[in-house]
Amino acid sequence: MSRPTASTSSIEGEPLRPTASAAKAREPMNVLIVGVGGQGVIMVSKALASLAQSKGYQVKQSEVHGMAKRGGTVFSHVRFGPQVWSPTIPKGEADILVALEWAEGLRWLPFLKAETGIFICDTKRIVPPFACLNRRPGAPLRYSRETPAEVRAHVAEGYAIDATRMAEELGNERAANVVLIGALSTALEFSAADWEQALAQFVPKKTIAVNLDAFRLGRNWIEEERTAVDDAEAPLAHIPAPAAAPYNVRLEITPAWCKSCDICVKLCPERCLRLNQERIVELAQPEKCTGCRLCELLCPDFAIRVHLDAVAKEVAAMPGAKA
Amino acid sequence: MQAVPETAAPTQLRAKDVRPLTGNEAIARGAWEAGVRVAAAYPGTPSTEIMESLAGYPVEDVHAQWSTNEKVALDVAIGASFAGSRALASMKHVGLNVAADAFMSQAYIGANGGLVLAVCDDPGIHSSQNEQDTRIYGQFATVPVLEPSDAQEALDFTRLAFDLSEKFDTMVIVRGTTRLAHTRSPVVIGARTEYPSRGFLENPAKNVMIPAHARHRHAAVLEREAKLKQYLETAPVNRWETGDASFGVITAGTCYPYVREVLPGASVLKLGASWPLPEGLLRRYCESVERVFVVEELEPVIEKELRALGIKVEGKQFFPRAGEFSPEILRAGFERAGVLEPRAEGRGWALEPLARPPVLCAGCPHTSSFMAVRASGARVAGDIGCYTLACLDPLRGLDTTVAMGSSIGNAIGMSKAGDTKPVMATIGDSTFLHAGIPGLIDAVYNQANITVLLLDNHITAMTGGQEHPGTGKTLRGEEAPKVDYEALVRAIGVTWVRTVDSYDLAQTYQTLREAIAHRGVSVIISNRPCVLDPVKIKGPPLAIVNAQCNACQSCMNLGCPALTWGADTFEGRHKVKIDQSLCIGCTLCAQVCTVDCIKPAATLTQ
Repeated sequence: MSRPTASTSSIEGEPLRPTASAAKAREPMNVLIVGVGGQGVIMVSKALASLAQSKGYQVKQSEVHGMAKRGGTVFSHVRFGPQVWSPTIPKGEADILVALEWAEGLRWLPFLKAETGIFICDTKRIVPPFACLNRRPGAPLRYSRETPAEVRAHVAEGYAIDATRMAEELGNERAANVVLIGALSTALEFSAADWEQALAQFVPKKTIAVNLDAFRLGRNWIEEERTAVDDAEAPLAHIPAPAAAPYNVRLEITPAWCKSCDICVKLCPERCLRLNQERIVELAQPEKCTGCRLCELLCPDFAIRVHLDAVAKEVAAMPGAKA
Repeated sequence: MQAVPETAAPTQLRAKDVRPLTGNEAIARGAWEAGVRVAAAYPGTPSTEIMESLAGYPVEDVHAQWSTNEKVALDVAIGASFAGSRALASMKHVGLNVAADAFMSQAYIGANGGLVLAVCDDPGIHSSQNEQDTRIYGQFATVPVLEPSDAQEALDFTRLAFDLSEKFDTMVIVRGTTRLAHTRSPVVIGARTEYPSRGFLENPAKNVMIPAHARHRHAAVLEREAKLKQYLETAPVNRWETGDASFGVITAGTCYPYVREVLPGASVLKLGASWPLPEGLLRRYCESVERVFVVEELEPVIEKELRALGIKVEGKQFFPRAGEFSPEILRAGFERAGVLEPRAEGRGWALEPLARPPVLCAGCPHTSSFMAVRASGARVAGDIGCYTLACLDPLRGLDTTVAMGSSIGNAIGMSKAGDTKPVMATIGDSTFLHAGIPGLIDAVYNQANITVLLLDNHITAMTGGQEHPGTGKTLRGEEAPKVDYEALVRAIGVTWVRTVDSYDLAQTYQTLREAIAHRGVSVIISNRPCVLDPVKIKGPPLAIVNAQCNACQSCMNLGCPALTWGADTFEGRHKVKIDQSLCIGCTLCAQVCTVDCIKPAATLTQ
């Protein structure tokens, strides 16, 4: 689904090695590897750093641990060359950005070199819980809406690769990072044999075979991608956000049935209910109520009903509403 | 003064002598090579791997241990130094606050066996509660501070620190930062030098800090500082790198590579020791250039000292006092200072970055604890650990977090001040052992009306799964006695103690209500292991019966990363789907489902 379109600044047919010359010069080669905790970002950077070091380069590999395991964003800077100073890559100076997750790739785009930077990104989407917090009807997912074609139009050379799906087809989803190493390998000067040797040191012994398959898959994919002629331009547009359905939330409370148990008060996700002076439930902050019905569903005495008045027709027209 | 070529050619080294090490691993290696005999630490990002790495060296060479907190760790190291052996304590910056009492006294006592503190600061607050600058502790206690700029120096300076400690009769701080600690680069390694124990020196006037002795020792400390300054005038640890004389940069530690990145040819005075500062060297350097910039992360320690000497310098007006430095920040500062030409801004494709804060793991036992805490309606004093993340949406389960072990004392204060809500303290097992026990004794003694929820997940989780006195294992993985929390709490005088399984949400909530109803101190121990460490737990995953889901979002209120919105909607709200690869089968979502549509995935596919 990704190939360099006419709108990219890369020169068709030229080998994908702008970076090899950079490494020969005094300037270090800058590779930024990003993803989400648990995806294997550090393994990719360790393999690359080890390989570069074995070739006699000075190497610095820098990351931040700590929150990584907890589903947060993970990044690793790898710099190698005859002389490397800063352990981190300055903004706008990454030769290659390898992303193991789609939105993480987009987050780090400003670090890529504008004229020559290569962007290699898994299309895998890991949607964080924060993206799904809005309980209002019709609320959009808070996740990146940029399409691969749109991103390719903004970078010098961009590849969106279904690495996770390819790894799944090999029978090991966790090898997605090695599919990306395969794709990355063509952009650097090291030989395939050297890469395979380096990889074997960093993957569990039992998984060497599947990881080598994953490496070759990624490597072949990007080489085919580069030579393929793509006539059918993918649309550049954003993935549209669903139009928020207009609605009117109304809570119908039957005070006589409320026994002041305050289950609804304590479990309302928006904290918009309270018990009044008679210890009967009331909607204290109507503007915060999303009409999620949780209070209605949890009330043991049917004392609350939620009416979504104006929304009924629009909702009926929304996809999946009848499922 | 020493002139060194502006950039050394890449050194050709024998492969077997060069290893890629992180700053932390290099500090551990340096300590081992320097013949360290005893080492102790409490885990804390970014310093944790120093002690983990040291535990990889032979037990015959070095006794390495996790201590209950940083003060105990430093006391252990001090004890080994008293006994005449080389000793190391490592901690994060805020750990030195915990150890500060012993630290300030030991500054007077000095060192018999070489005594080194490896302290890692966290500029940028990647994983801490503040970004205090440890160099000020060095100044405060009159203790020298060495600042490595890369992993090679981390090894070399740690070795040097032990030598300086014995030569000058002082503790020495090796100050790292997150960037040094977690950057891997090639390091030339060496062999270990064994130092026979110097034996215990019986000298009460030096080793026993009563007022009469301490007055004499303070004078000795000031004399020592003068000698250190003298030594640092010419010591190779401070490096004068000549260059263009129109301006010069004084810098130290991890700022140095950033300076070299943006100003490859500039004149630089690289201070390997950022405390104390040698006056003569500084004056000579500043006279050799027309303008002097001080580039230092966090506090203007060096800049202030230079100003006190009456030297005109520029620094914090161009380089921020808060946050971590980067080549970009230095470049911007030098552009404002007129030293660098402003560069054209890069392509401006303004993408709003996705919010992806760290979250509690799928199946984390803290999730249900905080669902129950939230439903209890209590005012909650939180503490430091993974569970601090429960302050975020959607759990929003705790109201305050101050420092390690503060929750219980804070709760006592809230209840004594008459907060109208029930008052609760939530504290993890490792944090409880670290600094929570004195707070709990205080609560019993002062008859506070609070509930303490001890979140026992059998590990120090936040720092990556370290053993502690409640896990039954040592740093090296050997069997150890295990703290019995219930017996401990009863011995303190708590009469109301219950243990619950936090995967049983109803039981946890019910017990919490009973605990709140109890007048006085009540303690609930939620007993469930961490899902990541020491073993990764993975049970049969659950799935949603899509047709039945009414999109009430009740399960989404857990904030579980395995739960996301599916494509289908009901009344305009997204139905939920479960990521089978992340779900560990804890069943919490099924327990809160309002329509009972969450089932084991295996039963649905049949």
